[in-house]
Amino acid sequence: MDVSSWDGTLSLNEFSLAAQAFEEKWKISNSASPPWLWVNAPIRPFVASQKVDGFLSMENICLLRPSEDNGAEVSRLEEEKTSLSEKEEAIDDATLVHSNHHEVHYYDFHIVYSASYRVPVLYFRGYDSDGLPLQLNEIEKDLPACSAKVLLESKWTFITQEEHPYFNRPWYKLHPCGTSEWMKLLFLDEAVLAESKVAIELHLVSWFSVVGQVIGLRVPIEMVNGRIN
Amino acid sequence: MEAQKYVWEGAIPLQIHLNESEVTTLPPPPPALILAPRIGYLPLLIPLIKPHFAATLPPGVDTVWFDYKGLPLKWYIPTGVLFDLLCAEPERPWNLTVHFRGYPNNLLIPCEGEDSVKWSFINSLKEADYIISGNCKNVMHMSQFDQLELWHSVMNGNLEAYLRTSSKLKFGIVEDEYTLKIDLCSQKSRKTTGEVGMGGQMKTGKIPVRLYIWSVSEDFEDFEDMPKIDSWDKISYINQPIEIHREEGKCFTLHDALKSLMPEFLVDKSLIDEESFRLEGEDEQVILSEDLSSNRMAAEGREISCQSVESTCTSGAAEIKLVRIQGIEPKLEIPFSWVVNNLKNPEHFLHICVCLKFPQVNSLDR
Repeated sequence: MDVSSWDGTLSLNEFSLAAQAFEEKWKISNSASPPWLWVNAPIRPFVASQKVDGFLSMENICLLRPSEDNGAEVSRLEEEKTSLSEKEEAIDDATLVHSNHHEVHYYDFHIVYSASYRVPVLYFRGYDSDGLPLQLNEIEKDLPACSAKVLLESKWTFITQEEHPYFNRPWYKLHPCGTSEWMKLLFLDEAVLAESKVAIELHLVSWFSVVGQVIGLRVPIEMVNGRIN
Repeated sequence: MEAQKYVWEGAIPLQIHLNESEVTTLPPPPPALILAPRIGYLPLLIPLIKPHFAATLPPGVDTVWFDYKGLPLKWYIPTGVLFDLLCAEPERPWNLTVHFRGYPNNLLIPCEGEDSVKWSFINSLKEADYIISGNCKNVMHMSQFDQLELWHSVMNGNLEAYLRTSSKLKFGIVEDEYTLKIDLCSQKSRKTTGEVGMGGQMKTGKIPVRLYIWSVSEDFEDFEDMPKIDSWDKISYINQPIEIHREEGKCFTLHDALKSLMPEFLVDKSLIDEESFRLEGEDEQVILSEDLSSNRMAAEGREISCQSVESTCTSGAAEIKLVRIQGIEPKLEIPFSWVVNNLKNPEHFLHICVCLKFPQVNSLDR
């Protein structure tokens, strides 16, 4: 693949390769964080079975209120919650985050391939500690300030609520129409990425380094810096 | 372009019943009878429906949604597509239930009235733009005013206004040299293919398509006997562009198009029976529906003859029982470019409803 003439998109097969690489690199450089897991798409017997169809998933992620300087911490509070309930004291779940006076919100993130845009798309949904789905105005509060601002300005075109491509449920997604453009720009900067194989493997890392910021998920520096190895 | 005119004029007669639990008066209000445009969307009908029931609604805020036999209807799917998909045997009028309370937020994306529908439309248009031209620039560069005008032309079913505004999008149409050749041969000056010359032809062969597939496991004499779709999980939704492959001397048919998305099915020989090419007076294969005069379609189809599709016998694959687009069942041999140019929806997506039959033996185990 000639990077200079690349249009910023990738095929389904390239996506699954990139996903594999992303999954591995994340595990290595982000071991404290919950892993991304590849999930095979629900089986549709009449669709070409040779196609590797699936998505990356990271679920039950707790996004604490973003701090002023950086994005939100990603942590899995689920286990901690369980251990709390095992103690037979009347502990209010809210005490876990009482110091911030904020309700804990849980998020599911899926990175799904779009056949129309030929790019990865981030789907997400949030829910409160009672398991009730969060509305966009509540999710907004968990996003970094600049994202919240963009959200305000482009209500219908930045984060849209759509059906998950594989499940008949409403999810939110980051609209993909600009993705190929900025992916192209990202890669143009990297003279090292002349090799196509490397480029594909790093696709999702690069993609996520931008997209993650929108929702406040940080990509560890090691993942980004470690590219050249 | 006659066909497009028929598509835009197509409508489904609806009989809308108010959800029982929301009826607070006696006697209960009679159902509302509405003619719903095929290319329109259910929430757009609310201003017509609400007056019928306003007096009887319990107090509270309206959150309108519809269901058909208990299945909540996805409001962003064009009405005609919902009808083609959920009524294997067309029901006239189509009996729907309207709810003004209790929106199923866990199942359906919220709808804030016309605005939600408009944005869903514009986002689909952008997606189509991206598929056709590789970027969303055509739509993004359209002025707010033009975007609104386009949307209003769809809302009002005004084809003239739509054609005027959408020409600014510079989408072009699919190269349809096949139909053109026939036209020259028959030496008729028909407007059908007039558009091929102007406006430019598509640069890429990528067509925005939305495929809705449901399956049955046995043959049914009547569509009426087919099992009802009572859950959206029974429908496979494939939102994937179809790439047109042009080969010398061969036309890329609807069958070829479907096969590219579902390469492992088998076409039943009876569907491509030579006999069916010669249409008699009453063509059973093309179902007449009040909402679309398919006679016209049949007439145009008659003039198109293609090489017969080779049917290969591969085991373990599915058989196409039904293909429905804009309420008609086109012959699979029709050139796909014709289907796209004439039967697509205003947001430039071609919506296709397909019923597949799987063999009784589960030969899909691997």
